[in-house]
Order: sequence, then C-alpha cells, then structure tokens
Amino acid sequence: MVQSMSSTPALVVDNLRKTYGNGVEALKGVSLTVQPGDFFALLGPNGAGKSTLIGILSSLVNSTSGDAEVFGVSVNKRRNEAMKLIGLVPQELNFNQFEKPFDICVNEAGFYGIPRKIAAERAEKYLNELRLWDKAQHQARMLSGGMKRRLMIARAMMNEPRLLILDEPTAGVDIEIRRSMWQFISGINAAGTTVILTTHYLEEAEQLCRNIAIIDHGNIVENTTMKRLLSKLDVETFVLDVDNAPSHLPTVPGMTLRRMDEHTIEAEMPRTQALNTLFEVFSTSGISVTSMRNKTNRLEELFVRLVEHGRQEPSKEKVA
Amino acid sequence: MSNLSGNLIALHTIVRREIVRIMRIWTQTLIPPAITMTLYFVIFGKLIGSRIGTIQGGFTYMQYIVPGLAMMSIITNSYGNISSSFFGAKFQRSVEEMLVSPMSNWVILLGYVTGAVARGLVVGVLVLVIALGFTSLHIQHPLITLLSVLLGATIFSLAGFVNAIYAKKFDDIALVPTFVLTPLTYLGGVFYSVSMLGEPWQAISRVNPILYMVNAFRYGVLGISDVQVGVAFAVMLAFVVVLSWLALNLLRRGVGLRS
Repeated sequence: MVQSMSSTPALVVDNLRKTYGNGVEALKGVSLTVQPGDFFALLGPNGAGKSTLIGILSSLVNSTSGDAEVFGVSVNKRRNEAMKLIGLVPQELNFNQFEKPFDICVNEAGFYGIPRKIAAERAEKYLNELRLWDKAQHQARMLSGGMKRRLMIARAMMNEPRLLILDEPTAGVDIEIRRSMWQFISGINAAGTTVILTTHYLEEAEQLCRNIAIIDHGNIVENTTMKRLLSKLDVETFVLDVDNAPSHLPTVPGMTLRRMDEHTIEAEMPRTQALNTLFEVFSTSGISVTSMRNKTNRLEELFVRLVEHGRQEPSKEKVA
Repeated sequence: MSNLSGNLIALHTIVRREIVRIMRIWTQTLIPPAITMTLYFVIFGKLIGSRIGTIQGGFTYMQYIVPGLAMMSIITNSYGNISSSFFGAKFQRSVEEMLVSPMSNWVILLGYVTGAVARGLVVGVLVLVIALGFTSLHIQHPLITLLSVLLGATIFSLAGFVNAIYAKKFDDIALVPTFVLTPLTYLGGVFYSVSMLGEPWQAISRVNPILYMVNAFRYGVLGISDVQVGVAFAVMLAFVVVLSWLALNLLRRGVGLRS
C-alpha cells in the first residue's frame, strides 16, 4: 500500500464549473482541498452535484471550466497520470454482468498496466478481504446486491490507488454488510489511502469521516472538520420510552416536551443543558423512563438545516 | 512502469477479453456464418452454379464466388463483433472501466479492432475450409490474400466501432448492417463480375468500397480482379486512415461516452 507521506494535497479542486448541454448548471465554481490520508465526506441531497464532481475527477465528465489536481497532477492536463492515482467506486453498477469477479478484477488491473501475475495476486487478496473469494468464479450477475457493491470496491483497489473515491458504496446494502464494508474502507484509510465518501447514510459519514464538505445546487455550502460541524448543533432531541406518559406533561425549564403516544415522550433541549433536571421532574411526576435515544443522527439534523437554510436564503451568486 | 508498457498490457487485456468473449459465445459468433455460407455454397455454388458454366478465365461459378463469400463473412463478422461488443460495454456501462483508467484512446480502439479482426480471420478460415468441401482452391498470392483480409476486416471493424459510439440503443447497431452493409455487399461483386454490368451501373459500382475488398481478395485467391489491385489497396488504406482518424477523434471528444 502506498503511504501518503508527502504534504501535497491529495485533491485540490479549483473553481470547477459544469454546465450540461441542456443548460443545467451542475457545478457553479466548486473549490475544495482534501489532505493526504484524510477520510473526507462529500455530502449533499440528490442532484446537488456530487456525482458530477466525481465524474470530472474520474474523467467521465468533461468540466466546463476550472481544474482539479490529484496529488499535484492536473486531471485536465495530465489525465492519464492523474487516473493512475485514483480508484473509483461508482454509484451505479458498471461491470460486465456476464464476467466472473476474478476476471473483472484482473482485467481492471490490466487497464492500469499492471502485469497479469500481480493482478491475479491482488484479485485474490481483495476478493478475499471483501469476502467474495468463494464467488470469484461465478458470473457476476449471480451475486447479491451487497456482493456486487463489494466487487466494485475490490475492483477499485486493483491499482492500489492513493485516492479512493466511493460514490454511495453502501446504497441498498444491509447493515451487517455495510459494517464490514466500513471496516474494510477504514483499514484502507489507516494504511494511508485518502478516501472520499459520498453517502446518504449520514451516520456512516459521522462515524468514518474526519472532514466534510456539503454541496447543494452546485455550491459548497459547508467545508470544515466533522468535529467543528457537529459542534454547531445547538439543539438536540431525545426520544424517551416511558411506562406511562401522562396526557398533561410536566414543565421542565428550558426544554420542550411532546407526548408522542402513551409510551413515548420527545424532549428538545439545548446541547449545553444537563439532563438531570429532566429526570428529577419526571421522577417527581411519577414518570418512569425505561430507555432513551437521540431522535435523529446529529449530522443528519445539521445536514437538513444547512440544506434547508441554503434554499430559503438566495446565495450570494444568485443575488449578484 | 512506462506509459508504453502500461498501454501494451492494457491492449493485451482488451484483446484477450474480446477473444474470450468470442469463444464463450461461439454458437453466436462462429457457427452462424459457417451455416449460412454452407447454404450459399450448396444453393448458389452447387445447384445454381452448375448450370452457369465457367466464368472469367475458366473458373467454375463455385470457385468464383468463394472469395467473395469469404470476404462477405469476414467483414460482416468483424463489423458485428465490434459494434455489439463495444455497444454492449456502453449499455452495461462497463466501458467506464476503460474510460477511467490511464490507458490511451488508441489502446481502446486498437484492442477492440484487433478482437474484431481476429473474429473475421477465424470466420474467414472456417468459410474457406467449408469451401474446400465443395471445390478445389489454390491460393495464388498468399500475401495479397492475407493483406486484403486484414485491411477489409480492419475497415469494417473501424466502421462498427464508430457505429457503436453513436448508437443509443441496440436497434441503432442493426440499422447500418441492414440498410448499408448488406446492400453494399451484395452489390460489391460477390456473386458477379462488374464487367457484366452496363453503364452507369459499372461506374456506380466503383464507388462501393466492398468492390475493392472483394476483388483484392479474389485476386489473392484466384489471380483475377475487376479492379487494379494497386488501386484496391490504395482505396482500402485510405478508408483505414480516415476511419481511424474519425474513431480516435470521437474517443478524444468523448462523443457518446463522456458527458
């Protein structure tokens, strides 16, 4: 595995714009930097421009203007060199369904100029690590949805890229397989590969990624560390399972309580507020709490706010 | 690893994959032309040909049509192979495996063309072997025979590649063979000598590229041709150059492949 020792950023996206032939402006001057060794989340609602950005980085989409550099190599000017550094796991299945996983991986390595002997060793290694080795000689169309997703990850690893881009790799995959995929990708990242992840499972991004960019309507609306972003969340909502929720709930200073049904109460409160007051009031009122959890994933709550905020307030560009 | 050695490994990968594909679906790629040509030999060569007598320098009609039918099989199979394989890769999006890789565009083109020419060659050999069951053949000019097969197969591989690039649905790769390739083949002197035609049909026939391929091949096998062999090779080379330029230009611009 190639270690990311240099200080050259893994990715520099510079004022990238893309307007499709039908006039749709998918990217409106996107700029961002990803440091080597980072686990970077690129989030955004459907149609925000994530896949267009990834398409440009992997040379499947031609940019209208701007450029991107992968470890200092321009995608526009030195495409072939830049592509050697990237591994891509696309959103849609894009392998020949009639070929065998082993052949798909070995051929992929061949396209990157990797000799067949080395390619066969790597195919065995990554198919094993992704628990697909027993299916290596079956036709790919016979694999389950989760296996097909894992096959695309194994295929993307064949050139042992310095930058691995995963476009919704866990879409439609059950939680057990998703976790095994997280484990694999985390291991790859720990070994030095820079990872860029797009996902609609925000819990996934929160657990795995250190830095994050949120893109909406072709603009980056947030680009910071995961820690700093999460610290912006000032209000949290807890769901409390109780043995019997009274129809008239007691008042707790600084909190808003809502009775959802006879066994569920929601409590919305500032993140700085201690929970002790809530339990004291509940205890006095004879309400017994059996369990509690966050209503939504913290990142999900922030994501929705940021995207909604962007839609309510016209961007500077639109105003100009 | 240098760019050249990387590109050569990539080229080998595409060619190998294409040949594996041809062999995997041999009932679709190799058997149909063998059956079709056997029927042509039985019906046109034996049953009807025996009543025609000799043609151009004492060749039986069967001997006369063998080179044309072999060339017809070679070009239709080369064309069909590349158009269905490359469009299939586009349709399944597996073409993206190559588009996101560092390989150069000429490698993609040369890989697919080599695969298609290989199928054309295998089919050509099959047809000639079947023909030997019906008549005797002595190849007069082996080098010209081989070169004309390679050039003919290359031209139609390139044309099939261009067709696949523009195609948006499977119907689009069937249109050209049905409305262009088949009429040109039948009017390209496979079954007759253009000298049998009156004007203006003889002049019109001379703008048909297949006429030059069939006659170059016929010259290689039988030693007779309706056109000058040098002219035939010049025409074929010109088509190779123009179609290669067109295909590479389409790949560079990403027409039908990149957004």
